[in-house]
Amino acid sequence: MLNVVIPIAFFMISAALLLNLWRLLIGPSLPDRILALDTMYINAIALLVLYGIYQQGEFYFEAALLIAVMGFVGTVVLSKYLLRGDIIE
Amino acid sequence: MELFVEIVVSICLLGGAAFALVGSIGLARLPDFYMRLHGPAKASTLGVGGMVIGSTIFFSTRGNGLSLHEILVVVFLFITAPISAHIVAKAALHLQLPTVARTRRPENKS
Repeated sequence: MLNVVIPIAFFMISAALLLNLWRLLIGPSLPDRILALDTMYINAIALLVLYGIYQQGEFYFEAALLIAVMGFVGTVVLSKYLLRGDIIE
Repeated sequence: MELFVEIVVSICLLGGAAFALVGSIGLARLPDFYMRLHGPAKASTLGVGGMVIGSTIFFSTRGNGLSLHEILVVVFLFITAPISAHIVAKAALHLQLPTVARTRRPENKS
């Protein structure tokens, strides 16, 4: 049953990533692009968790945690730059 | 027992992937920025949450004991998703992005 479900979930997450990429390319303003990048890293975490189940390896969660930390820092820093014109005041 | 675990994991994975897809469709299709902020901020964390619950059940029934280090990812995401959504919304309010006519502006713009 998982042999059928995992490719379907791969397809759905990949379609979500392509939609995020489309919003990242056409996004009319800078916060749109930041939001698209934010959603892209969350979907990449979902893709890594799914790949960990597919490969039955437990090493992908460390990578997912790193992507979560770095993506959060990136989103906050980019928004802070837009908000204040500076990152560390 | 094994089939039951597989069915539960499949439901969690499909639900999580469906939530992530719905959030991304909302990001791609909604008309202005403040509506687009609404979709992924909720649906994507719920999607990752569903997939992580499925993954926890899957690895906990492998026979190597309880597997809880996936929970760390989703706890971190649940803490940080409101913060990042809030600060992106503050940046958008600061830039005074255009809205569609039905989106109400806040009274006291900071």
